[in-house]
Amino acid sequence: MKKTALYNKHLEMGAKMVPFAGYDMPVQYSGVNQEHINVRNNVGVFDVSHMGEFLVKGENALALIQKISSNDATQLFPGRAQYAYLPNSKGGVVDDMLVYMIDQNHYMLVVNASNIEKDWNWIVSQNNVGAEIENISDNFSLIAVQGPKAVDVLQELTSIDLNGIKFYHFQVGDFAGLNNIIISATGYTGSGGFELYVPNQSAETVWEAIFSTKIQPPVLPTGLAARDTLRLEMGYCLYGNDISDETSPIAAGLGWVTKFNKDFIGKEIIQNQKNEGTEDKLIAFELIDRGIPRKDYEIENYSGELIGKVTSGTMGPSVQKAIGLGYIKSEYAKMGDTIYLKIRNKKIPALIVKLPFFKNS
Amino acid sequence: MNIPKDLKYTKDHEWIKVDGDIATIGITDFAQGELGDIVYVEVDTIDETLEKEEVFGTVEAVKTVSDLFMPISGEIIEFNESLESNPEKVNEDPYNEGWMIKLKMSDSSELEDLLSPEDYQNTVS
Repeated sequence: MKKTALYNKHLEMGAKMVPFAGYDMPVQYSGVNQEHINVRNNVGVFDVSHMGEFLVKGENALALIQKISSNDATQLFPGRAQYAYLPNSKGGVVDDMLVYMIDQNHYMLVVNASNIEKDWNWIVSQNNVGAEIENISDNFSLIAVQGPKAVDVLQELTSIDLNGIKFYHFQVGDFAGLNNIIISATGYTGSGGFELYVPNQSAETVWEAIFSTKIQPPVLPTGLAARDTLRLEMGYCLYGNDISDETSPIAAGLGWVTKFNKDFIGKEIIQNQKNEGTEDKLIAFELIDRGIPRKDYEIENYSGELIGKVTSGTMGPSVQKAIGLGYIKSEYAKMGDTIYLKIRNKKIPALIVKLPFFKNS
Repeated sequence: MNIPKDLKYTKDHEWIKVDGDIATIGITDFAQGELGDIVYVEVDTIDETLEKEEVFGTVEAVKTVSDLFMPISGEIIEFNESLESNPEKVNEDPYNEGWMIKLKMSDSSELEDLLSPEDYQNTVS
């Protein structure tokens, strides 16, 4: 089992550790509901160093990224990041990712921990354009500082004007006495904040600096359980649950990061999915009666026919509702319609709703 | 960890409090800690007579779902309905306000198979 550079910090802070994507990761500290609500109202800190980072460099870097990414990287400039996915050649999704343009001919791809090896092999196999690629996943830590008070905590630790970094932009600069730290206005919670890319040897310094600030209420360490409930309240897809090698990106609602004005792997098939429609669609639902949806629960129509499956589900701590995502046959995917979840021996009605579940006031 | 001396326990992390032929059942402090924040307790077996080790309900935490097992045979006569609106009581006060069901025991000799506080302590430490 791998450990992140912050492993000892998690133990000191009383984290409950669980295996995740080959790492021993903190799933919760004080409790998932408290950690979740704290991120929505204040600020929470996550160790997400298990995430993978690849550098793509050289004069053919952009050509490789354009080929493997669904989004249009020509829209990037140094200091700009974009969400995208890696399409496979069968109209499915190898992984979703962030693409950072660090500088001319210098990009960073951030991928899911569980897919690092698969993504790396895939990208290497597609690199017939001569880009220089490097897997720096084991050398870099990623610390997410999320919530409306993130600036209040971080600003005293850097000379960069954090309010000046717009959403999905980043700056490289000083932080907690260190140089060359990537401070990125991104995240997976829907409550704003930053993600800091830090070399492993500096991870503890950064973590300690963040927790040494005197903000009230204090910064809380936040585990993977709250990360999941936060992302699900926003309807952000989780790879392995809501998207996979077999799911259509169009069916998953990723059309907005699919740019058909350029070439990329699988473009024709995905264009076809868009033009012809897909058999299934990812929908968001909330339960009308009591129960909690879970991955792989069956979804039925009124007359009891199987029409799909749940891919993610939870009780949303902020929305105070049982919510979920799932694929159902497209003909049933109508906003406001009722579907039925099979939960043990019961059929629980659920309403198809618009995302996000949680709306920032 | 809190393991009251006046209760009996099972390996499935349930506690049993006996009063005449009525037993009150809940989950232990250890169990609630392992489950994390509890969001739903479902018991649809009121008035049913179930055998020892049969499933009488389900407890759902944010991240997991767990079956609840009959520690002894009997008829389920009451469910703690306050858990419907306040399932977090199971986390906050597992041995008192967080109790789950009351049952009328069919065979009180089954009580002998349950764990003492000391034996239960050994299974979780």
